[in-house]
Amino acid sequence: MSTGTGTSAGPGTGTPKALGPDAERAPRSLAETVLRVRELSIGGALVLLVLGTWLANPSFLDGQGVEDLLLNSAILVLLATGQSVVVLTRNIDLSVGSVVGLSAFACGSFVSGSDHGPVAVLLLGTALGVLCGLVSGALVSFGQVPALVVTLGMLYVLQGVGHAWAHGDQINAADVPDSVLELGSGGVLGVPYLPLISAAVLTCTAYYLRSYRGGRELYAIGSSPEAARLAGIPLRRRVLAAYAFSGAVAGFAGALWLARFGTVVADAANGWELTVVSAVVVGGLAITGGVGTVWGAALGALLLTTMGSALVVLKVNPFWEQAITGVLLLAAICADRVVRHRTTEALRKRRRP
Amino acid sequence: MAQAAPAGAPAPVLALEEVTKSFGSVRALRGVSLALHAGEAHALAGENGAGKSTLIKTLAGVHRPDSGTVLLDGAPVTFHGPADARAAGIAVIYQEPTLFADLSVAENIFMGRQPLRALRRVDHTAVRDATAALLRRLGVDLDPERPARGLSIADQQIVEIAKALSFDARVLVMDEPTAALTGTETDRLFAVVEALRKEGAAVLFVSHRLTEIFRLCRSVTTLRDGALVASEPLAGLTEDDLVRRMVGRDLDALYAKRDTRTGETALEVRRLTREGVFHDVSFEVRRGEIVALAGLVGAGRSEVVQAVFGVDRADAGEVLVRGAALRRGSPTAAMDAGLALVPEDRRQQGLVMELSIERNIALTGLHTLGRGGLVRRAAERARAGDWAARLRLRFDRLSDAAGVLSGGNQQKVVLAKWLATEPEVLIVDEPTRGIDVGTKAEVHRLLSELAAEGLAVLMVSSDLPEVLGMADRVLVMHEGRLVAELPRAEATEESVLAAATGRTGAVRRTEAAALDGEGTP
Repeated sequence: MSTGTGTSAGPGTGTPKALGPDAERAPRSLAETVLRVRELSIGGALVLLVLGTWLANPSFLDGQGVEDLLLNSAILVLLATGQSVVVLTRNIDLSVGSVVGLSAFACGSFVSGSDHGPVAVLLLGTALGVLCGLVSGALVSFGQVPALVVTLGMLYVLQGVGHAWAHGDQINAADVPDSVLELGSGGVLGVPYLPLISAAVLTCTAYYLRSYRGGRELYAIGSSPEAARLAGIPLRRRVLAAYAFSGAVAGFAGALWLARFGTVVADAANGWELTVVSAVVVGGLAITGGVGTVWGAALGALLLTTMGSALVVLKVNPFWEQAITGVLLLAAICADRVVRHRTTEALRKRRRP
Repeated sequence: MAQAAPAGAPAPVLALEEVTKSFGSVRALRGVSLALHAGEAHALAGENGAGKSTLIKTLAGVHRPDSGTVLLDGAPVTFHGPADARAAGIAVIYQEPTLFADLSVAENIFMGRQPLRALRRVDHTAVRDATAALLRRLGVDLDPERPARGLSIADQQIVEIAKALSFDARVLVMDEPTAALTGTETDRLFAVVEALRKEGAAVLFVSHRLTEIFRLCRSVTTLRDGALVASEPLAGLTEDDLVRRMVGRDLDALYAKRDTRTGETALEVRRLTREGVFHDVSFEVRRGEIVALAGLVGAGRSEVVQAVFGVDRADAGEVLVRGAALRRGSPTAAMDAGLALVPEDRRQQGLVMELSIERNIALTGLHTLGRGGLVRRAAERARAGDWAARLRLRFDRLSDAAGVLSGGNQQKVVLAKWLATEPEVLIVDEPTRGIDVGTKAEVHRLLSELAAEGLAVLMVSSDLPEVLGMADRVLVMHEGRLVAELPRAEATEESVLAAATGRTGAVRRTEAAALDGEGTP
């Protein structure tokens, strides 16, 4: 789960001798521990939050409560997965909220009063998302325009397009075919489809990032773009692909949004982009790229969603949610800085005590 | 060392023919040819800005020549990017190793070329084992799975060499690999390179240390201002011959150092220490004197002058200007006392690129150029005009942005900016890095004139001929300590380098201690 190593292998057979095993293995376990600790601590915070809320109000974890938690977090986890891939390359995609909204509305218009099935809707949403991602990605990678500006522009453009198209109208659940709505509310063996889909996308993405050259190269690009260029990595193509992926996931999430809520307006997910970025950062991805895993990002998303629900259950004024998200974000960034500094120092001392 | 001549006359492994490359109006390479043969080490010599880096990047596939051809085994090739060059077996080790700090050593070596297993998945075990085998072959104790972050420059270079080994490089290009290495580390590197060469690799070696060129290489190509000066065997050449080819004239002509009479002490530094960076540094600079601070990259020279000027806070020790102690960590106090610092990196630290030339020059004296917090435009312009004339600055209008000037002229603007404060002590950090020979001579003439007028000059420089040509006294730093002080008469390339690499008796002890700590057998 670390950035640098596979977890599959046991202690190496090709370990260089001398110095003794402890001195040799220590740096790795140190670096790996740091990353594990990062993810474990978010996981731990999540468990504490859930337990605490449950003790205060047992209905938090009854069947309906758990299902709500899973459903609420599914789309955020999905978006965080897409965002992570972009953030790993030292870029950012602020347009995801608008893409979700536009895709949800487009899918809604497409199926309203028709009998199209869920597959067609998901394909449409994904295709639309890929298109948006390719535009952002092309501007960032080939146009050399800073990602922040490009995707902020895309955010407004897509929002505007959505509003112009919708004319204040909305898609009504009554017009959406039951087969589509079933995707958002049904499940297998009591587990809703949505979290299952998110988990599948998350797992595949994590596996790709860890075990495929393309995935490793995304880490390399984020770690040092200059070194990546000199190593002959097709930098622009990879960044473009990362944006296309993020767009695809957002568009896909838009289709799921429609399936979940049925009734959507053109700017359905307005403001979500910042929640997604927060989730990713809280989850341990460095905003400067090259560090972190999608598992961490998913945990971050779970943590933020759970916190929102917990505050409702605990009858805390929901305005506090934003403040707490902010504190978590700042704490995560500070922790990363301190940890990175400490690790660097420790690693340096390994060779030159 | 004995190296067999290439048998018969086989085609060179890699060659350039009449290669030209321009960046904007700057002609970096003008019709340069070069041939690298298997099993032979070839040196590339030339001053900063002579076109060595451009040539290396052309071989590496980073730049494509405007005209001329790259020949691989005698056949013309076009490299569309670094990946193509690498696929052709060309490994390049840059002066500053380019590693992925967040990734493991093993991943750094195999990035983009990882061994795969079923379904085109990366075989992490194979990557790690192959790396361990490479590192064993190089005889170094590095954990393949540790992140590259925190590796010393020497170890980073080892990782780069392991990378070259991993794809059986036929051509190994090294751009000043020894610039930041100690004597022992250099020996280790050379042993590895020599082994590779004996196995049939062609080596292109760039170094400013002429003794190293003679030690490792059989032949040399010299560049000057982007043009080929000579490509010849090293046998029969002396170091002086090489220097003459590099600079195109004798050193004495290039460095217009005047003899000056030195006055009272202007700057005195007493036992200055910054934990982990430099220790116990004491020296003085007198009026009318140019003192050079020499040493390898990373020896702590820039850090010392920044602490003297108060940009960085020293942990202990004091700085006295004309006998009065400076407040620590305050550049304002330093400026008021008559200190001026021309920083190393003019793009980052010396100039505001978007601002006009006159604004840049006026920045250091805003409070003298107006009243009540307002700056008078006319005063600003007058001050800029004076200094521009005095420094023979070449420009269209003083209102042009500083960014449009050439490197040499930018450096003059930075100098003007600080000279306008009429300092007692001028500290210059790498005053001529990356500027052309002509402007370089002008900067030298200017420094010399200023010293003759009674200014105390402290100059940090990595350019050895410049140090030897300009300085009245040479202070040498090694790993954060001042290890030698050489008067002009005793300062030679050998004596300065010996001290800088820790080879003098005085530092042998320090180096031995460092080695013990390293745990090398």
